[in-house]
Amino acid sequence: MPPVTYRLHAKKTMSAPDALLALLSALKWRLRFTVAKVLMTGNAAIGEAAIRAGCQCYFGYPITPQNELTEYMASNLSRRPGCTFIQAESEIAAINMVYGASVTGVRAMTSSSSPGISLKQEGISYMAACQLPGLIVNMSRGGPGLGSIAAAQSDYHQSTRGGGHGDYRTIVFGPSSVQELADLTHRAFELSDKYSIPAMILGDGMLGQMMEPVEFKHEAPAQLPVRANGLRGAKGRPSRFVRTFTSNPAELEELNWSLFRRYQLLQKNEVSCENYLTDDAQLIVTAFGIAARIAKGAINEARAAGLKVGLFRPITLFPFPQQQLKELAKNTKYFLDFEMNMGQMIDDVKLSLEGAGEVAFYGRPGGVIPTSTEFLRVITRLYYQKGLS
Amino acid sequence: MEKIFSRPKSLKKAVFHYCPGCGHSIIHRLCCEVIDELGIQDRTIGVPPPGCSVFAYYYFDVDMVESAHGRGAAVATGIKRALPESIVFTYQGDGDLSAIGTTETIHTANRGENITAIFINNAVYGMTGGQMAPTTMLGMKTTTSPFGREGKYEGYPIKMSEILGQVQGTCYIERVAVNSPANIRKAKKAIKKAFQCQLDGLGYSLVEILSPCPTNWKMSAIQSVKWVDEVMSKEFPLGVIKDTTGKKDVN
Amino acid sequence: MLIKTVFAGFGGQGVLSMGLNLTQAAMQEGKFVTYLPAYGAEVRGGTANCTVSISDEEISSPVASSPNFVVALNQPSMIRFQNTLQSGGVMFLNSTLISVPPDRGDIEVVSIPANAIAEKLGSIKSANMVILGAFIKKSNLVNLQSLIDGLIVAMKGNQKLIKINNEALSAGFNLV
Repeated sequence: MPPVTYRLHAKKTMSAPDALLALLSALKWRLRFTVAKVLMTGNAAIGEAAIRAGCQCYFGYPITPQNELTEYMASNLSRRPGCTFIQAESEIAAINMVYGASVTGVRAMTSSSSPGISLKQEGISYMAACQLPGLIVNMSRGGPGLGSIAAAQSDYHQSTRGGGHGDYRTIVFGPSSVQELADLTHRAFELSDKYSIPAMILGDGMLGQMMEPVEFKHEAPAQLPVRANGLRGAKGRPSRFVRTFTSNPAELEELNWSLFRRYQLLQKNEVSCENYLTDDAQLIVTAFGIAARIAKGAINEARAAGLKVGLFRPITLFPFPQQQLKELAKNTKYFLDFEMNMGQMIDDVKLSLEGAGEVAFYGRPGGVIPTSTEFLRVITRLYYQKGLS
Repeated sequence: MEKIFSRPKSLKKAVFHYCPGCGHSIIHRLCCEVIDELGIQDRTIGVPPPGCSVFAYYYFDVDMVESAHGRGAAVATGIKRALPESIVFTYQGDGDLSAIGTTETIHTANRGENITAIFINNAVYGMTGGQMAPTTMLGMKTTTSPFGREGKYEGYPIKMSEILGQVQGTCYIERVAVNSPANIRKAKKAIKKAFQCQLDGLGYSLVEILSPCPTNWKMSAIQSVKWVDEVMSKEFPLGVIKDTTGKKDVN
Repeated sequence: MLIKTVFAGFGGQGVLSMGLNLTQAAMQEGKFVTYLPAYGAEVRGGTANCTVSISDEEISSPVASSPNFVVALNQPSMIRFQNTLQSGGVMFLNSTLISVPPDRGDIEVVSIPANAIAEKLGSIKSANMVILGAFIKKSNLVNLQSLIDGLIVAMKGNQKLIKINNEALSAGFNLV
């Protein structure tokens, strides 16, 4: 059996007090692990996390591989006091119900998988225009078209470039574990409310279907949150309206500027990423979501063979952690982008590096799940081709 | 001196942008009178559509949220479910409710969502310039049925109210017109009854209103009100299509 | 140490619940775990399979390209997964349904007549538990007691079911 090598590697370079601290924190973690963790599918974990984030309304439509989330909400949200679950007649209806619920100031969400997310784009564009928060979950699958139901990352461009018509973006998270799905669901609601921009979780079929222990860090609020600017009837104030259409281009330009300024703030304040064994790395793999997990497996094996390889994993896909990636190019010249598509995030990798590094690519599209062993071969070949040591 | 006629409280002091002879302004006013009479201005949320009435929020003095074309029923569902104590109505044209939004409309009605739909049927797409609607009469010329609508090529006028009458979640559906003082009075009663249904929690209510569009019909205002009687009402007969309230009249 | 196991068989043989019970038990023992089922059209009427990873460290990839163990409940599953098993790995076979053994010399084969034993115990449906009992004894991945504790929860206190599954587990456990 191959040993899990990154720890061995870490131990070699660790000082005694550091090792003691690491041991203590591992013990503490182990304790939490046995006490508070539950085994859940990624889909169900999102549902539970959403309820605990005070999500009042869920609207969905069946599509594989995200049905466990819809079913979780049917079981756990539909009869909860003050809450609503609707199995809508289509993805289009579902996102428009989110739009309607969000207008009133409550937390609302929908979920789907790739083909269904395409149908939701109209509604997402309207939500962006009306500056309405809300959560859209995409447990993506292979495409184009009806594609396959296997896990894929082919919706990266659609997710991070807005997706629908008009000049807008959504806040996009790319979790890579069930725990992160739960944590980021909470964060997505928070950031979406804070910036009045719809948020999206870009997972995939594998993350949705797999089970891992998960710990929920928040209790469901005693009172469901309601935004102060919700449209709830003109009681004691002049009537207001929320609209997307205007006959005045100057007004629309101002809206676009206002959105753009918020994207800049997001870029400045809200990016997150994981650097894994990057400090001494000669070659850095860039990957997000489940692909990053597979890459980690390969990197661990590469490390065991003495190859100095690390991983840069963006957790926010929009805003992309540009500065954080560029920073790595100070010590490393070689990057290897790894995705379960034909190369989409690589655009952001190259834009972030601004020519500061060489970027190679390896990807498997269509729902084919690459293995760590397969990717290890790619790493090894590139490593020696470039004469790294 | 006693004031016997004034602007409804729920109608903003604004000049309508609608064409002379158009039914929208009358219908806006009727809705606002009903909102006033029922005392629900401060908890009503309206959902106007894209189309000629896209600026309805300039006239209705209630909270309003614009929906995408055809999605009014879904948006209204979201609002009503999130805020059950509100009074929610959609204001939708024939292209909106009976073409692009057919699915949303039927399923919202079928769930018995407790909302009210004001359905304006003028047999054309007005704002886009008079194209054929699902409700366009056979033989009627529009910019996209330039030879006159022919069933073989362009299909037939769809009767959404009758279809919705078959749906279990609906409680009250009536077709009215705003082409004469008598019809306008009936239209107001119907609108009031539809809102009352919502106040009573009875389910989905809808009032279809035959409304003249002289501009796109290429008629004078007078010709167009006559056409509603002589042609349109023959295809779309006026009257109650479904009523589960057991009440004849709310006035 | 990271150990990956693939459970495979016909839909309805209880392949996914075997994997899930093992995952749950390992989690209760404080291990890091992932459970990855095959889903969708792939499992409608065809073969079902799932991958369970158990480790003392954080698990990177939940996919098993070369598992340490394969548990095959029928012939097609054995054929499908025999070549993925890593050299020196162990294949557990339901020998009631698998007549032709794998043609590899570098792996260990543990044959358990699971259906026959389960039938003798009174419920053919518990064949999966017979083989799971043998599996945990041989692999030493989790304690029998953790598995039984997990079953009691999973069966929601249904005494009859708990008894049947318990007996099947123990029968398999005592076989190897």
